[in-house]
Amino acid sequence: MVTEKTANVVTQIGDRMHARRVSSTTIGSMPLDLSERDRALLAGEEGEGVAFAMRVMVRMAEAMGAARLLDITGAHVDGCLYHGPSSLDFVAAVSRDGARVSVPTTLNVGSLDLLHPERARLPLPTKEAARQLMDAYVALGCSPTWTCAPYQDTSRPGVGEQVAWAESNAVVFANSVLGARTERYGDFTDICAAITGRAPAVGLHLDEGRRASLVVEVRVKPDIVQSAAFFPLLGYWLGERAGDRVPALVGVPGPVGEDDLKALGAAAASSGSVALFHLVGVTPEAPDLAAVAGEESERLVVTEAELVEVHRRLDTGTGEAVDAVALGTPHYSRAQMGQLDRLLDSRRCRLPLYVNTSRAVLASLSASLRRRLEEAGVEIVVDTCTYLVPLMRPGIRVVATDSAKWAHYAPANLGVAVRFASTGACVEAAVSGRLGDPW
Amino acid sequence: MRIPCAELVKGEAAGPVLHLERPISLWGGVDPVSGLVVDVRHPQRGRGVTAKVVVMPAGRGSSSSASALAEMVRRGTAPAALVCGRADAVLVVGATVAAELYSRTCPVVVADVPKWARFARLDGRGGIEIS
Repeated sequence: MVTEKTANVVTQIGDRMHARRVSSTTIGSMPLDLSERDRALLAGEEGEGVAFAMRVMVRMAEAMGAARLLDITGAHVDGCLYHGPSSLDFVAAVSRDGARVSVPTTLNVGSLDLLHPERARLPLPTKEAARQLMDAYVALGCSPTWTCAPYQDTSRPGVGEQVAWAESNAVVFANSVLGARTERYGDFTDICAAITGRAPAVGLHLDEGRRASLVVEVRVKPDIVQSAAFFPLLGYWLGERAGDRVPALVGVPGPVGEDDLKALGAAAASSGSVALFHLVGVTPEAPDLAAVAGEESERLVVTEAELVEVHRRLDTGTGEAVDAVALGTPHYSRAQMGQLDRLLDSRRCRLPLYVNTSRAVLASLSASLRRRLEEAGVEIVVDTCTYLVPLMRPGIRVVATDSAKWAHYAPANLGVAVRFASTGACVEAAVSGRLGDPW
Repeated sequence: MRIPCAELVKGEAAGPVLHLERPISLWGGVDPVSGLVVDVRHPQRGRGVTAKVVVMPAGRGSSSSASALAEMVRRGTAPAALVCGRADAVLVVGATVAAELYSRTCPVVVADVPKWARFARLDGRGGIEIS
């Protein structure tokens, strides 16, 4: 239902604000340049659910100062994490009149490990609501991938491909590592983009929005880079300095793999809101610095000292005592599961060791590898993540993790203290019962 | 004193001002039930956002803040208004969805609020009266 109210519709272009009084009935004609199809959707020609979705996209586009919308070819949706009744109220509203996604759409982690739903220590009504929510998104036509890392198997858009992805680590990976183009979509906008097939032509969707305004020179010794602690800590430091800007990094000695870039991006998207970084000589849009950064960029240097300081602040506990180990944030890749197997070297864990991954990665593991992990006492969690919902055993107070993102969120979410350490150090802690040298 | 604001989600609101010295993620950084800042590393940890005019430099972190805001509007623990240093589409969308679902608006505006401001009234016409 359209109401006759006047509103100040504001667009931000550069740092100038343009405000004009318009009636909300004209929201379809200004200030966005809407296509015929956009207008038809707004007018309800594909039902109320789609019209609601379109209204959300229009409001988002206006808030971002976009002049028009563009077509997307895929989406990754985060909406199936249950935040409360509003999550269900929203999906019901957007599902009206048989609305469905119009592009291939993957789903982010849910609140439940659907293979082991009993693990989540949530009240039963919450679990049921969470299940309903996951079902509602599948009913909209989304693919039940249940992973924060769809780029590892299902969904790898190509360089320049326009998509609408949610989940901060997936956004930064899609932009930086794949060279695809997405803005920071999130709850509500992700599914509304998927349903309408449209996104604001602004920011990271456009060439000019992808240039770096910050250049970081990395000056660390190669042996520090080899430590698995390096990329998450560099990412955490980077997020704090870059905020929501696009940084370009130089001076990182290779080889740099996708899992390293995944960890870097996830950390930078947690401490800050980095959605695109360029690693010169590595990521697809940055064969050299000049391709992505101009002379006017701010320049910073990062050395081992800064990384040590970040590590100190990331840890909220001290000493050797840890009660559990948490790996797999973002979801471990097949290669990382193999690395975990090698690091364990057929030893048993004395501490609970949880590793999050996707059901697709789990299905791809050999039976013998799975058996070895199970015999070692590793608890594999799928479809969700240990920092999101209480999945770990009660009584765990201090957790060692190889993820700066996990370390960032877990203390507030779970009430645990965290010790960040390299993957190898985490595994040794799980096997020996004590945390030694964290690098 | 009246200062101008750019209204991204328009509405009238008033309340005591809560200045957030650093950006915060409403998801993970604020408890939607109590309305308190729970980000352990945040300078305003322990302060309440409910019914306050929250002034923040910029958005941060998780894209789930839109849901967090909608849930807070539903519960009645939301801020009275959000005043950002720069346009934040996540907060705009959260407030927009919440307004459609629950007929309650948490205005989202861009303005430069001086640090001395203790109380703010958004007039819904592009201005904020601060004292």
